[in-house]
Amino acid sequence: MTVESRPIWEPEKECMDRGELEQLQLERLQATLNRVYRNVAFYRKRFREIDFVPEDDLTELADLKRLPFTTRDDVSNSYPYDMFAVPLREVVRVHTSSGTSVNPRVVGYTKRDLKNWAQLTARVLASAGVTHDDVIQITFAYGLLSGGLGIHYGAERLGASVLPTSVGRTERQIKIMQDFRTTALVSTPSYALIIADRMEELGVDPKQLSLRFAICAGEPWTEEMRREIEERLFVTATDNYGISEVMGPGVAGECLEKTGMHFQEDHFLLEVIDPETGRECEPGELGELVITTLTKEAFPVIRYRTGDLCRIVPGTCPCGRTFRRISRIEGRCDNVVVIKGVNIIPERIGDILEQVKGERPVYQLVATRRGRLDQLEIWIEITERLFFDKMREQRTLVDEMRQKVANFIGIVPRIKLVERGSLEREGDRVIPFVDRRSE
Amino acid sequence: MLTVRSLHTYYGNIHALKGVSLHVRSGEIVALIGANGAGKTTLVHSIAGLLRPQKGSILYKEEDITGLAPEAVVERGIALVPEGRQIFATLSVEANLEMGAFIHRNRRDQVRRDMDALLERFPILRERRRQLAGTLSGGEQQMLAISRALMARPEFLLLDEPSMGLAPLVIREIFAIIRRLRDEGRTILLIEQNARAALQIADRGYVMETGKVVLQGEGRELLAHREVQRAYLGKGSKEIWDA
Repeated sequence: MTVESRPIWEPEKECMDRGELEQLQLERLQATLNRVYRNVAFYRKRFREIDFVPEDDLTELADLKRLPFTTRDDVSNSYPYDMFAVPLREVVRVHTSSGTSVNPRVVGYTKRDLKNWAQLTARVLASAGVTHDDVIQITFAYGLLSGGLGIHYGAERLGASVLPTSVGRTERQIKIMQDFRTTALVSTPSYALIIADRMEELGVDPKQLSLRFAICAGEPWTEEMRREIEERLFVTATDNYGISEVMGPGVAGECLEKTGMHFQEDHFLLEVIDPETGRECEPGELGELVITTLTKEAFPVIRYRTGDLCRIVPGTCPCGRTFRRISRIEGRCDNVVVIKGVNIIPERIGDILEQVKGERPVYQLVATRRGRLDQLEIWIEITERLFFDKMREQRTLVDEMRQKVANFIGIVPRIKLVERGSLEREGDRVIPFVDRRSE
Repeated sequence: MLTVRSLHTYYGNIHALKGVSLHVRSGEIVALIGANGAGKTTLVHSIAGLLRPQKGSILYKEEDITGLAPEAVVERGIALVPEGRQIFATLSVEANLEMGAFIHRNRRDQVRRDMDALLERFPILRERRRQLAGTLSGGEQQMLAISRALMARPEFLLLDEPSMGLAPLVIREIFAIIRRLRDEGRTILLIEQNARAALQIADRGYVMETGKVVLQGEGRELLAHREVQRAYLGKGSKEIWDA
């Protein structure tokens, strides 16, 4: 399929010369640091601890790396307003993150923040192919979470016709999709598939719909899921990224090249670091996404550790945008395991294994150590599809699995086939990773 | 066209510029606003070569002009219209204009033609061409100060508080002139305490406080910004930064 050419929402920004962009980033970073140093006790204290005075110590962008990271806990501990950088009377909107910790993470927006936000989500939607001619159905949660309203204002900014259906009630979503002739669906990738499943049950033919685009975000997903969404709903599916603490939706979004999400570098600084050591990752290397806001007024964040794992995609994009791209979010840091210095997400190994036989095997990653050498073993429970009478065929299968995983993570694993039901479980779920290195 | 990066300048013992970065693109009017003592004039003087920055850089058309002598800066195409006009009060209007053409002093014909064109443009100055500049009204002196800067044939104009001490109607006239200078292709960095007037004609603006940039954005955007309104446009209280 050829890539349709679609207008870029703000070409003077999104296609900016890199040198000009860096000057703009420096100016905005200096203003941001001057403001947080003056207005946010948390940052003032943090900066003072390392004797960092923004006006003297930030002369180029790289100087940012001297500053400590800001974590989810830092934000939780500032509940509700302690990290706001403007008085509450300047704040016109408040959202919170979905959170597992006791206190949700609370973020605020000034008038200008909201204007910028709408502009950024409009960019993301435009790059996903949406125009003012589209009817866009937003199935993200409206309310305190930032997803629904974030996309909503961007879609209005773009001039699209917005259906704020919010979450759930899948049958109703499908009926609206049919009757209102929805052309663009905004949802989590898994919800797009739930819609596809339900359509099948209801006997709704997706080809009869007006749907052309699925704009997905909100959870890690895979290329296989994209393919499935595209094939079953007859759409072009793109990925975009948002996080409430930084802004909400609108931080990064894929263009129709579908080779990674353009990171809105005129409003956010992008870093990818090794979550263990804090070292900066090379382009292409998996690490934790760290973001600094450049224009946020009410709730700026400095070097915020998102906990999301991705890579910076090397090279430039033929779409003309000069902003660098990040890969899809491959998982959460909490789930990452490090073997031979490589960050591995057990979930993603399952995706690879699934490609081999079209079925997701029951498996477990085991790290072992021989002498000083770490080793990765993948234990897979045998099933009929994975079992062969002939040794040679069995070997071919195992070789293929090993090869595929090695290509993906850069480590050659040992693959062990084990009896069904023999892997260590927690409840009825197999524990994805066992560390035997210290044994 | 002009790029300032992390500039530090002392004014006497005072650390007047603390890591200021800004840029002006070709054909833009960029306004620099802020209260008295925020460092605006120090910045302009650093660019014009009147003060020597201690750290940081100033690039003009990709050339590093940090610390160049004032005359060398004028030769590169940057002219300053200083705060308070600073015309030569005891010289005639014509003599003032000639001073502006100092760097072209060996091109008598050009200077003559440029002067004629300017006097054509500002008929009030032609009427008073032989008068002593000190006898002109405030608005006329400002016109003369701008004309004197134009005699150097600059592409880039630094205007320091052109509205200072002028009546509202005269300010409007001066700002109309500034806008026209831009429409003719010149690039302008405009320093103003009169934030409203400046932001109305500016493409973009920077807000300075105590030697630092704390806000930036499009002119219209800043005009509507509540912090700017409170602090510089006299709307509401001024307590915004009193944390």
